[in-house]
Amino acid sequence: MSDWKNDVEIMVHEGKISVPYSWTVGSTLSRFYCELRDNGKIWANRCPKCGTTFVPPKIKCINCYEEPHDWVELPGTGTVETYTVVRYEEPSMHPRKAPFVYGVIKMDGADTGMVHFIDEVAPEDVKVGMRVEAVLEDEREGNILDIKHFRPIG
Amino acid sequence: MGKRVGIIGVGQTHHAAKRLDASGTELIAEAVSRALDDAQLTIKDIDAIVVGNMDHFENINYVDMWAVDGLGACMKPVFKVTTGGTTGTTVGACGYYHVASGLFDVVMAVGWEKNSESDTQAAISTCANPTLERDPFAGAIGPLATEYSMYMKAFGATEEDAAMVAARDRNNALRNPYAHSRQEVTVEDVLNSPMLSYPIKFLDMCPRSDGSCAVIFACEEKAKKLCPRPAWVHASVVRHDYTHFGDLEWKFMPTLERASAAAYKLAGITNPLKEFDVAELYLPASTCGVKWMDSLWFCEHGGAPALIRKGTFEMDGELPINPSGGVISTNPIGATALIRIGEGAWQIMGRAGERQVEGAKKALCTGFGGCSWSDVMILGADLP
Repeated sequence: MSDWKNDVEIMVHEGKISVPYSWTVGSTLSRFYCELRDNGKIWANRCPKCGTTFVPPKIKCINCYEEPHDWVELPGTGTVETYTVVRYEEPSMHPRKAPFVYGVIKMDGADTGMVHFIDEVAPEDVKVGMRVEAVLEDEREGNILDIKHFRPIG
Repeated sequence: MGKRVGIIGVGQTHHAAKRLDASGTELIAEAVSRALDDAQLTIKDIDAIVVGNMDHFENINYVDMWAVDGLGACMKPVFKVTTGGTTGTTVGACGYYHVASGLFDVVMAVGWEKNSESDTQAAISTCANPTLERDPFAGAIGPLATEYSMYMKAFGATEEDAAMVAARDRNNALRNPYAHSRQEVTVEDVLNSPMLSYPIKFLDMCPRSDGSCAVIFACEEKAKKLCPRPAWVHASVVRHDYTHFGDLEWKFMPTLERASAAAYKLAGITNPLKEFDVAELYLPASTCGVKWMDSLWFCEHGGAPALIRKGTFEMDGELPINPSGGVISTNPIGATALIRIGEGAWQIMGRAGERQVEGAKKALCTGFGGCSWSDVMILGADLP
């Protein structure tokens, strides 16, 4: 029946299109990143109706669809809610050498968590509930890596 | 047949080549907020959301996840659909199907695109078969140019016929505050603009825009209660036919012929040219505004140039087409076809501002995508 399939040379073609991208950060997140870059501050925004405070800031309140236009400065401290120790390397995704730690930090003054690296602590010493603070880069460019990582307080 | 469904609200962004002030999510929020205002609803009144944009265009693929705040979709059913250029009419059709099924009362369809963020031609070329047609044929302009070349040869249509369509749509856009490109042009301006791919010239072709559109569909009971003059959905039909570009019939548009014929039958339309009061058509190039008129059953094959030359589709003609300025004036691709439905609905609702066709009671809306798919939606002031 399909005898020719036994003899055919199977081919694979390589793709050539490269599609470059840029992303408009938007008014809301641009404000967040400008505060971080220029003043070294982490800002959240708060829904005027239900009071939920979002960091990173949201375009619209997820509960009420109100514009969360009350802006609040956060102290930059928080509590580790959950984390993992990463033991493989994907240099195109994560700019760190394994082993490194990332997780979710519930920020003081906000109702949401931020995801980021946790460092200046041995991986085995990281604990859920640990109090941490943001460590900023000296030269900041207006992106999420302006926060170097979070480290234990004290 | 499904249950009766009416459009009760429409919102769109002010479209532009580059909306630096707004991220994709912020564009979506702008359209959604305006649609809610138009319908005088709050997000709590929306039972489900359908959203779509072009695959590959923004290099961030789960809009149903990362735009939930802009969509107002937290803890609601959300469905992403994407079908290339027809994405806008497909999210519209999907919104309609949700309500027509009787399972949802009020559903919002949202289309959006941040065209300024990517290489549109490269991204769109990824629709073509990578081992056969991507190198020698793909792209947005070339295939449309080759189909009109064939139509010109077969029926004696001219570059000037297409230029008349381009001038019509571009001048109509002057009355649409949401349009991206608003420039007064003459037929000569179009003919003298730079050649892109024979016979399509710069002013014949659609731009790429940043923008979003949202349309709210409601069941009969709610539509009657919430809206003084809903735009009732009389038909919604989709037809696909692509395998390879070389398989296509190029002298006419089979999917548009079949989709419109099926939609006319559902809506009881026997003489579309006379029975429609207005049409908002997805014409990605002015050449389609010639050739595809045959395939909407306005005339026999080859009859479109004569209709265009006597002004049939101008604002003061027998059937005004694209009072909004159409796709060659505004093209945020995932929203483009939904804008056709939204503009058609506003015509029926009497909310089309300076571009209103007085007393419009029946509107024809279309979407075009891939190669070559057609979506058709018919809207009316009377209950279907």
